[in-house]
Amino acid sequence: MKIIITVVGKDTVGIIARVCTYLADNQVNILDISQTIVQDYFNMMMIADMSGSARPFEELTGGLDQLGEEIGVKIKCQREEIFTKMHRI
Amino acid sequence: MINIYEVNETNNMIEHENLDVRTITLGISLLDCIDSDLAAVNEKIYEKITSTAKDLVSTGQAIEKDFGIPIVNKRISVTPIALVGGAACRCPEDFVTIARTLDRAAREVGVNFIGGYSALVSKGMTHADELLIRSIPQALAETERVCSSVNVGSTKTGLNMDAVNLMGQIVLQTAEATKEADSLGCAKLVVFCNAPDDNPFMAGAFHGVTEADAVINVGVSGPGVVKVALEKVRDADFQVLCETIKKTAFKITRVGQLVAQEASSRMGIPFGIIDLSLAPTPAVGDSVAEILQEIGLERVGAPGTTAALAMLNDQVKKGGVMASSYVGGLSGAFIPVSEDQGMIDAVNAGALTIEKLEAMTCVCSVGLDMIAIPGDTPASTIAGIIADEAAIGMINQKTTAVRVIPVIGKGVGETVEFGGLLGYAPVMPVNSFSCERFVTRGGRIPAPIHSFKN
Repeated sequence: MKIIITVVGKDTVGIIARVCTYLADNQVNILDISQTIVQDYFNMMMIADMSGSARPFEELTGGLDQLGEEIGVKIKCQREEIFTKMHRI
Repeated sequence: MINIYEVNETNNMIEHENLDVRTITLGISLLDCIDSDLAAVNEKIYEKITSTAKDLVSTGQAIEKDFGIPIVNKRISVTPIALVGGAACRCPEDFVTIARTLDRAAREVGVNFIGGYSALVSKGMTHADELLIRSIPQALAETERVCSSVNVGSTKTGLNMDAVNLMGQIVLQTAEATKEADSLGCAKLVVFCNAPDDNPFMAGAFHGVTEADAVINVGVSGPGVVKVALEKVRDADFQVLCETIKKTAFKITRVGQLVAQEASSRMGIPFGIIDLSLAPTPAVGDSVAEILQEIGLERVGAPGTTAALAMLNDQVKKGGVMASSYVGGLSGAFIPVSEDQGMIDAVNAGALTIEKLEAMTCVCSVGLDMIAIPGDTPASTIAGIIADEAAIGMINQKTTAVRVIPVIGKGVGETVEFGGLLGYAPVMPVNSFSCERFVTRGGRIPAPIHSFKN
């Protein structure tokens, strides 16, 4: 199952590293990363595949929420379909 | 592959522009609950609803988490109760026991409204229909979550003026029975012409007899998203304006379609329709009136309002039907007064009257909706308002409805507070000339000539 992870917040050292480590620890394979800085705010999107992960979606997002709080950014994790349905015919 | 701008656009809609799925409504047929014994009917109804809908709320919540989209309401609609209770109910109070059962079942499964305390009397009333209608004031006063609707006419049958006249009285009696709560009962009572069988929106939802045993219908929303999209093309011509509305409606509807399919497959219940309505809420930035103002009106109610609304409604439909193969229900822009801050402001500014709202209902779904009127409005005048609105629906082959609230003890200029999604409303003046001799003639207004298509 493909998921989209978005990270928004104040830019700081190691955001990508910590999110990637978390995903690697949970066997989530990252397929694509894009990143921009908008008015000093860090804005990242990852497309990832969680079919190899043993953890269910809800637990995974719970962990990401917690990680976001630790780093001080907002991490959102959604199934990919909401975006593909909306933006692709 | 999806890119960061598309992801941000979707999430901005959700986080900043009030994009949500307004309701997942589970339609449940209660035809198999019919019994001549009242206690048995009540028991079967409770059993059927609580077993069919037991996973509705949890499924809705799981979908919200998976896709990060709020699903504001999870609701239930049932077969019109006049049909279900007809064999068992001997008096209005018998029907009230079924209302209480519906309320109890709704509370048990955690839905905020259950619709279908209804009668379909567009051509004539059976004894059971009349008993149910007469029980509505007590049923709505004694329950919290039950919604009621009565279909008094259709393009095919004409208008049942006996029912129209009776509903004038019932609306007033419902107001009286719930006067301690600013006549809130009337906010849960809709009088229809051409009522659809698959409408997911309250208070007018019921599960038509042509429907399957259970079905998932989804109502999408998103006036805020349309408004923000139009802000970006402020000085463009109508072609660009229409394109923008269509594209936005398409995107909104696709989300609804996704949610409907997910809910359907997770619950093992067939998907019915998507209702494309732009449904406002009292929240700032979630208003149909603000879209009309963005299109170029100083206030809703100004000359040009009907044309702007007609265009908006049509473009929403054109965008929406591209996004889903099964569109149904009401599907259009809602123009309730109390649930839309821009409408409330327009009334308070003296820009919007009931007569202009009536004109607006000719070009959009659904009708005179959530309008507070003085509590001393005669029943015959309310019946006249219902007749006018039903005539618009009948002649134009569209759904129209009346949900007015005669607020007992309050007059023009005062404000009523309904709370939550129902919002608040200024009491609006009603034409004080009488139509009593007209609405009490008795009988039917025949179907219009263009209904004979066979």
